[in-house]
Amino acid sequence: MVLGTYKEVVTARSTDKQIQKIAQDGGIVSALFCYALDEKIIDGAVVAGPGEDFWKPQPMVAMSSDEILAAAGTKYTFSPNVWMLKEAVRQYGLEKVGTVAIPCQTMGIRKMQSYPFGVRFLADKIALITGIFCMENFPYESLKTFISEKAGISPELVEKMDIGKGKFILETADDVIKLPLKETHGYEQNGCKVCLDYVAELADVSTGSVGSQDGWSTVFTRTDVGETLFKSAVEAGVIETKPVDEGKFGMEMLKKLSKQKKEKAMKVIDEKKAMGLPIPYKASSEKEDPLANI
Amino acid sequence: MLARIKQFLGMETKPKEVASKQEVEKVAEEEKTRPKIGYIHLSGCTGDIMSLTENYDILAELLTDMVEVVYGQTLVDLWEMPEMDIALVEGSVCLQDEHSLHELKEVREKANLVVAFGSCAATGCFTRYSRGGQQAQPSHESFVPIADLIKVDLAIPGCPPSPEIIAKTVVAVINGDMDYLQPMMDLVGYTEACGCDLQKKVVNQSLCIGCGTCAMACQTRAITMTNGRPEINCDRCVKCGICYIQCPRSWWPAERINKDLGL
Repeated sequence: MVLGTYKEVVTARSTDKQIQKIAQDGGIVSALFCYALDEKIIDGAVVAGPGEDFWKPQPMVAMSSDEILAAAGTKYTFSPNVWMLKEAVRQYGLEKVGTVAIPCQTMGIRKMQSYPFGVRFLADKIALITGIFCMENFPYESLKTFISEKAGISPELVEKMDIGKGKFILETADDVIKLPLKETHGYEQNGCKVCLDYVAELADVSTGSVGSQDGWSTVFTRTDVGETLFKSAVEAGVIETKPVDEGKFGMEMLKKLSKQKKEKAMKVIDEKKAMGLPIPYKASSEKEDPLANI
Repeated sequence: MLARIKQFLGMETKPKEVASKQEVEKVAEEEKTRPKIGYIHLSGCTGDIMSLTENYDILAELLTDMVEVVYGQTLVDLWEMPEMDIALVEGSVCLQDEHSLHELKEVREKANLVVAFGSCAATGCFTRYSRGGQQAQPSHESFVPIADLIKVDLAIPGCPPSPEIIAKTVVAVINGDMDYLQPMMDLVGYTEACGCDLQKKVVNQSLCIGCGTCAMACQTRAITMTNGRPEINCDRCVKCGICYIQCPRSWWPAERINKDLGL
C-alpha cells in the first residue's frame, strides 16, 4: 500500500504542443482540466494561479482553457486552493468544480466530504480532484532564500523551478542552477514532516514526474470518477500513454521515495506521540500497515 | 450524497407497492422501532433546525418513514415532554433562566441519547459573547454549552451544522453505525472552541500545512490565509469550532474516507 489504492498506473503526457511547452512535466493536470471543461465534466477549476509576487501563487478559479494554462507549472510554496473551493461554488456559482491538490489538500477536501460539519452544499459539487505527488512544501521566504541567497539571482529571472534527481533546479533564460537538496533541507515547512502521503492517495487521479522520463508524467487512476475521465481523455486523444517503467527509475523509484517519506514521517509521529504532543495519526504500534495513511 | 443515502437505505430500490406480505410485516415492525425524536430549543437562533429542513430531497421520507417527531416547539402540539430515543438540543443554556435549566435536566431524564445540536449547544458559539444587560431580560448573562450541565452523548457542531451532516448523522443513528458516529461522540468534549484553536492546536503544534480547509469551512468568513497560515479576524469569529473540526490535522477519519471513496 506504499502507493495507495489505485486502478491503473501509466506513463502519460498531454498531446497538445502548447501544453507540453509550458507544463512542468507531462502536462497531465492542464490536459485533464482543459478536457473536463470542454466536455462539461467541470464548470471550472481551482488552480494555483500567478500571484502578485514572483513564484508566490494565488488560488484562482479558472473557467477557460486559457486560464488553466496560465496556471500551468509547479509552484513550490503555499497555494491554499481548498479555501477557494467555497468561492468557486458561492461566488462563481459553479455546480461541478475541479481542483488540483497536493496530498494534504486532498485530505482536507475528503474529510469535508465525509464529515461536512459546517460545510453546506459543497461536498457534492467537487467533481474532480487531480492530486499531485508531493514530498514537502516550502514557505515563501524559504524559496526566496534559495533563489536570492543560495543561487544569487533575482526571482523575476527564474522561468521554471523543479525538483529532480536530488537537486532543486532553477532555470533562467540562459542558465540552469542546481542546488543539492541538502541545501534546501531544513527550509521545508514543519507540517510536512508528519505527512504520510506522497502520491495523493485520495485523489481521483494523481500524477507527478517521478517514475517517468523527462517530459512525461506518472499517472494513477484511483476512483471511478478518475478512471472514467482519464480513459475518455486518452480515447479523445488529448493524452497519450505508454506502459509505466517497472524498473529502477520507474516504479521502483516511486515506491522507494514514497516509502522513505512514510518511514521518516512515522518516526516523527512516534516521537511526537511519545512526547505527548497532539498528532491526528496512529502510532506505528497502533496500526497493521505501518505505512498506511491513517 | 443524498442519492447515496437513499440507496444505502434502499429507499429507491424497494417500492412499497410491490412489497410482499413479509416485507410489509417487516416495515410494520420497523414502524414500531422508528426512533422517537424530540427537539428542544434553548438559547439558539433556530438556524440548526432550519438546516435540518434543508434536506428537501429526503425530508418527507425522513419525517414519515425514518423517524417520529414526538416533541418540539412549533413541531408537535404537546405540553408534557414525553420519553424520547433521541433529543436534539439546539442552543446554549442560560444559567439565569430557570425554565431552560429545568428543561435541560428533564431532557436528560427523558431521552436515551442527548445530542448537542449545533454549535450553540456544543460549544456555546456566539452566545459565548453574552455579558448580560440586554433585552428582553437584562439579567440573562451567562450562556454555556449544555455539556457543562448534563451528560451529552453526541455533538453536531456547526453554525449551523450542514444539512448533509444532519442527514448523515440521522442515518448513522438509525443504522447503528457507531464508527461514523465516533467523531460526534468525541466532539462532546470540545466545548471551548475558538478560531485561535487553529493557532494553538495546529500551528503551534507544527501541524499546519497551509491547505486552506479552515478558511474554506469558516461559516462567518473570519479566516483568511496569509503566507500559508490561517489568520483569524476575532471580530468575525463566533467560536463555533468548525475551523478546527474540519482541519485535516485535528482528527483524521481515514477508514471512513477510504470507505466513502471505495478505496
